[in-house]
Order: sequence, then structure tokens, then C-alpha cells
Amino acid sequence: MNTESGEASAISIRNLVFERGDRAIFDHVDVEIPRGRITAIMGPSGTGKTTLLGLVTGRLHPSSGDIRVGGLPVQSLRTHELYALRMRMGVLFQNGALLTELSAFENVAFPLREHTDLSESMIHSLVLMKLQAVGLRGAADLMPAELSGGMARRVALARAIVMDPEFIFYDEPFTGLDPISMSAIVRLIRSLHKTLGLTTVIVSHDVDILEHLADDSYLFSEGKVVARGTPDELRKNRSRWVQQFIGGMADGPVPFHYPSREYDEELLGEDQWR
Amino acid sequence: MALIQQQVLRRGRTGLAAFGAAWLFFFRVLALLPRAFMRPLLVVEQVYALGNRTVPLVGLAGFFIGLVLALQLYGVLGRFGAASMLGPIIAITVLRELGPVITALLYAGRGGTALASEIGLMRATEQLSAMEMMAVDPVRRIIAPRFAGGIIAVPILNLLFDVVALFGAWMIAILAMHMDQGVFWGNMQASVGFMDDLVNGIIKSFIFGLAVNLVAVFEGFTAQSTAGGVARATTRTVVIASLAIFALDFVATAFMYQGV
Repeated sequence: MNTESGEASAISIRNLVFERGDRAIFDHVDVEIPRGRITAIMGPSGTGKTTLLGLVTGRLHPSSGDIRVGGLPVQSLRTHELYALRMRMGVLFQNGALLTELSAFENVAFPLREHTDLSESMIHSLVLMKLQAVGLRGAADLMPAELSGGMARRVALARAIVMDPEFIFYDEPFTGLDPISMSAIVRLIRSLHKTLGLTTVIVSHDVDILEHLADDSYLFSEGKVVARGTPDELRKNRSRWVQQFIGGMADGPVPFHYPSREYDEELLGEDQWR
Repeated sequence: MALIQQQVLRRGRTGLAAFGAAWLFFFRVLALLPRAFMRPLLVVEQVYALGNRTVPLVGLAGFFIGLVLALQLYGVLGRFGAASMLGPIIAITVLRELGPVITALLYAGRGGTALASEIGLMRATEQLSAMEMMAVDPVRRIIAPRFAGGIIAVPILNLLFDVVALFGAWMIAILAMHMDQGVFWGNMQASVGFMDDLVNGIIKSFIFGLAVNLVAVFEGFTAQSTAGGVARATTRTVVIASLAIFALDFVATAFMYQGV
């Protein structure tokens, strides 16, 4: 629980390069995520936002560069050190990623059972407290298949915070939710952030929601940081690209059409039957 | 021509890399096996899921194979005046070969595919990644107990197969063909060796169990995170495991029965 400002960044990424095959997903990227704030990582689909989470949590290895979480160099940690660091992190996956064979209660209890020797009654209380926090204490006995998408995500959120992490990462938390579930998730992100003093990172492309939620945001495109700032600063950014993204326009610097040959040439050209 | 050469080389390299990866994975699973047994409940659950649920399949298959063997051999042996040897011949065939091989094949189709698709789907739905993020090694928590359960289940299923097949053969020989009980069992007892036939069969079955379960968990664990990827993992499990069973059977037989 560290909310002092002016302290070193909670997460600091320097000169990150990450390649997949010949394609550079990240090309010399620097990111500083301050402690105790909500930082949004935005960008069009396919810009590697989720990949960035993979790199920060040590599931992927950078081609070069330095990634530090809580001062620790993620890429050079040994397995047990990495696991120790992960105990301080909570991740909410896009679809929740609940263990399908376990009930909601057991899903939330899972990290406790794996990592602690707490008594059954203690686990019971802790799990119910977390489920209460996400409003699903009544759904404790349901199996993941019986939960709606929004409920599954909330159970997964309870599971992500059950070990009282310092960092929490949300991977596209707003995708595919109805308006009610959506506002429930937004409310939860905000209240958890406040009450637990978490360093929160949200990966999403939902500009409108993040505008009211994030303290700071990074805008990614084609492997680079295109813009950084508070939502308000982004709105005022002059770049046409930023304006297209924030305004949600179909055409602009990012073309509507995927790069291709000339249309008439492809339709009428000699090799049209290939 | 150069293109074909290139393709062959590339295929060869990826094949070799996968083979190496499978061995590394195998050693990792083996290293974690003792820890799997420290949480016996997880293993018992898997013995039930993989073993008990394969009992009807193996039991019925064994029964029918016993029936067919007895029907076929009774006639053939009778032609040479050797019908009295029906018991020992069936027992040796079943204990040495049919029991271990067919049990392992059936297990590959029932338990192996279940393992591969379950683990593959866990990969596809990010459950394995979620576990890693909760600082829980999925190989320790998911793979090792399943592997342990599988290798315990296969030899037991093999024994069940043996017993039921002999029972089927007994039904044909005694109830249908009215062979003498004493001749059937007596000759069997006199010619079947405890070590040569029964124990060697169980050893074979254990080896097959290792192979099938390794292929299944490896294919599931390395499956691509798509519907097609999980389907491929399941199919490959059956194909590779079946071929492995036949190849290992040859090797094991060559070692165990040189002139026996």
C-alpha cells in the first residue's frame, strides 16, 4: 500500500523491443506507471496491448530492454522469484479464465489453498468477504458455466484480489458486457483501487469509459507510444492519429482498408483467376 | 527440387524440436511427480476420472475378445487334436500381448483424448495462464496429478481386461463347448508363468501407460489456443500414442521374450 507520489515508478519499462517472427510488436518503447494510480494502456486492436501485460507479468520475454516491476527486473528473475513477484500481482483476464471444474467459491479460494496454510474457516471468511466486495456472495456455489459473462468477470476479480496484491492488471475488462455489468465493473475497479490503494493498469480501447476512470494513459500504435497524458490532455492532442482514435473515426491516418493492391487491378487484372 | 529439400529439412527440424521438447517436458513432469503424490486427493480424483470411467469400455472389450479367442482357437486347436491346450494358449496370448496392447489402445482413445482435450481447452480458455499468474505452476498442479493418475490406472485396467477376457474364454470353452473344467484351468496353471507372463504383461502395460499419458498431456499442454488446435491435439494423441504402443510393444517383447 503505497500511494506517495514522487517515489520511483511502480512499473518502469525502458527501451523495450519485442519481436514476433520478423514483426516488431514493440519498437523501443518507454513506459512509466506511477504507484497507486490508474493507468490506461490504449490502442487499436492488434497493437500488442495484451502482449504488454504478458511482458510485464513475465509470461513473455522481451527481445531487449528492461522491465521493472516494484524495482525487480522481470525478464531476469528466476522462476521462484518471478512467482514470488506474481503473488503481489492480480490479473483479470478478458474472459475471466475461471477454472471450469471449480465453483465460484473454490475459484476464489484457489490461490489461498495453493499458497497458504490457512484454516478452512479462515478461507471461508476471506473468500466470502471478497465475493461480497464484488456483490456475488450469493453466487458462491454456482459453477462457472452457470455464471453470466459479467458475473464470471466479477468472480475472477474477487480471485485476483484475494491475495491482497499491490498491482492489478485488467485485460480488456469492458469487452462484451451489457451496460449494467459494465457499470458494475467500472464501479468495482474504482472502489477496489481506492480501498486497497492498488497500482492499477487497464488495457482497453474503450476511450469513453477510460476518460472517467484513468489518471494517466498511454496510446499505442504500431509498436510505439503515440501519446501520453491525462484523458484531458489526450483530447487536446493535435495529432490526427490521436484525434481519429479518441474520436472513433473509421477513416483517417489509420485507413479503413487493409493495405492491398489497386481495387480495379485486382478485379479486372490478368491474374484475377489465380 | 530445392523447394522439396527445403520443406523436408524444415519439417525434420520442427519434428526434432518437438521430440526434444516432449522429452524435456517428460523430465519436468517426472521431477514433479513426487510432489503430486504429496497431495494424494488430486491424484485419486484423476485415477477415478481416467481409470474408473474407462472400466466399462475395457471390461466389455476384454469380454468379447475372450469370447472370440475361445471360439476361434477351440476349432483350430481341435483340428490338431490340441483342444486341451485352449486354456494356456488363451491365457498366454491375453496376458502377454492382447491385454497390455488393447487396454492401452482403448485407454488412448478414452482417457488419452479426454486428457489432451481437457488440458488443451484449459490452455485455450487461458486457465493455464491464469494459474501461472496466480503463481501456481500448471505443470505441478494440473499436469503431474493427471499423469500420475493415468499411469496408475492403465496397469489396473490391464489386469481387469485379463480377468474378464479369461472369463469370456471360460464361458465359451466350458458352457458352450463343454470342455472339462479341470483341463481348462489345470493346463493353464501348468503352462502360464507368474513372472514371464503376468508380471511381464503388467510391466508392458506400465510402459504403455507412461507413453500414452505423456503424449496426451504433452499434446494438450502444447495445443494451439483455437478450436482447431484442440482438435489436432486430440487426434494427434490417438495417432501418436497408438503408434508408440505398437513400437514399444515390439521393443519390450524383444527384450522380455528372447527364446522364452
